Amino acid sequence: MAPTKPIIEIKDLTHTYSPGTPFEHTAVSHINLAFHAGELAGVIGHTGSGKSTLIQHLNGLLKPTSGQVLFQGEDIWKDKKFIHSIRGRVGLVFQYPEYQLFEETCWKDIAFGPKNQGISGDELDARVRRAAGFVGISEELLEKSPFDISGGQKRRVAIAGVIAMEPDVLILDEPTAGLDAAGRDAILENIRAYQQAQNAAVIMVSHSMEEVAELCGRLIVMNKGSVSMDGTPAEVFTHADELTEMGLSVPQVTSVFARLRAMGLDLPADVYTVRYAVARLLERKEDRSC
Amino acid sequence: MLKDITLGQFFPGKTIIHRLDPRTKLLMLIVYIVTLFLAKSWCSYGLVLAFLVAVTVLGKIPFKAMTKGLKPMLVFIIFTAVLNLFYTKSGTLLLDWWIFEIWSDGIITAFFMVMRIMMLVCGTFLLTYTTSPIALTDAMERLLNPLKKLHVPVHELAMMMSIALRFIPTLIEETDKIISAQKARGADFETGSLIRRAKALIPILVPLFVSAFRRADELATAMECRCYHGGEGRTRLKVLRYAAIDLAAFVVGGLLLSGVIVLRRFGL
Repeated sequence: MAPTKPIIEIKDLTHTYSPGTPFEHTAVSHINLAFHAGELAGVIGHTGSGKSTLIQHLNGLLKPTSGQVLFQGEDIWKDKKFIHSIRGRVGLVFQYPEYQLFEETCWKDIAFGPKNQGISGDELDARVRRAAGFVGISEELLEKSPFDISGGQKRRVAIAGVIAMEPDVLILDEPTAGLDAAGRDAILENIRAYQQAQNAAVIMVSHSMEEVAELCGRLIVMNKGSVSMDGTPAEVFTHADELTEMGLSVPQVTSVFARLRAMGLDLPADVYTVRYAVARLLERKEDRSC
Repeated sequence: MLKDITLGQFFPGKTIIHRLDPRTKLLMLIVYIVTLFLAKSWCSYGLVLAFLVAVTVLGKIPFKAMTKGLKPMLVFIIFTAVLNLFYTKSGTLLLDWWIFEIWSDGIITAFFMVMRIMMLVCGTFLLTYTTSPIALTDAMERLLNPLKKLHVPVHELAMMMSIALRFIPTLIEETDKIISAQKARGADFETGSLIRRAKALIPILVPLFVSAFRRADELATAMECRCYHGGEGRTRLKVLRYAAIDLAAFVVGGLLLSGVIVLRRFGL
């Protein structure tokens, strides 16, 4: 992956909240990370591990206490105008984004972001409809009030509000929290669709190991304000003990397989999605029947 | 940025001042204010100031926090100083230029007035710095208890106050989050004309009100589910009890007040 230039890069980032008061607290320290276009990365970590602080630096909502954030090689804090344009190119979807809806209709709410970027007229309408398409919001819903639709739909409208800015980097903080299984799968599918259509870099913060194992090609594990692991899901999930120590877990199917192996069955160690597990089990069944 | 609100900020601690009964502290604040307004001379001001400094040191409150609290009062303090400086016309004339006259008593009065306001503000800050807002409402409820006889809904008022206080940090946090989220969508709150800036507040206020109403509704339901029905016959989690240090505090307060009264008698 080394030859291409990273789209966004974090260099030796440290952030301290409320410096000089009794509530002083360093949330992240000395973080170095780089993300490339077309990458789908998951960030996992225990509550308070600094995930949210980290992602808010990527679009300049928080200013690093020390260190740098580079977008296509340029420091995002170099001037005020630049930081404003960065917000459109690095889209950030907060946790429970449906609580930020405010307009009279879903269309207007989705249009808020691109409008702030200075887009208007037909282009604006096209952007809104395209974003709505990505998240599966139908035409008639666009004319409804965002306060009259279901929770899952609200969430999708809110995500569309960020996608409509067509960012090169899309960051989502627990996009599936509090949704049922169907809503969860739909949103993950939407995210993947956007990532593939735009060749965007997607960074997703999550608590669900199953979710990131399923979706992400790269996992970043945060612990106590620093990056403790960074690799493919297969690499990360082999460190089950360390993950448990950090208050995290491995996907359920991985621990089931680990127990089975402990019982003496000859099974692979790199199982972390149900789909893969089923495939390997079927393979073995075939072997045996021969 | 909203976290910088110092009004009523509480510095948690375990010092002797923190451990005082909140009712004691509230009553002591009243004694302190009365004393401050009775003080007339360098001696009595010195006495009250010594008391203020002693409490600050005992409560381990950084002096920086005190001066920070004074900042918003600066305009008011300067205004008072200027008024007193030019409108006191006794003592010896020091300066006479155009329509401005400065008399020696003017300087002294202005100085005393400024001292009085600053000490007043610092004293009240000491109370909120060393007492949690919940303890304070508790103390107020207890002190106002006699008013129940006059059918003043003391408990309900105190409950409303505790709930309001309880939700200030929550709502501030919520506002911060909403501001961040709208900023992430490119909203701009810092530039443009006044009308544009006021309009830019809509994306913050609408979600904030929606969530405040939602929270209020949820809280009311949760309270009803736990059979809350007001003050009648309710016992408390933390029962306030006066202890030996409270008695000591009252003695110190009494000494301060009588000291200043005595000094006044001697015209000091």
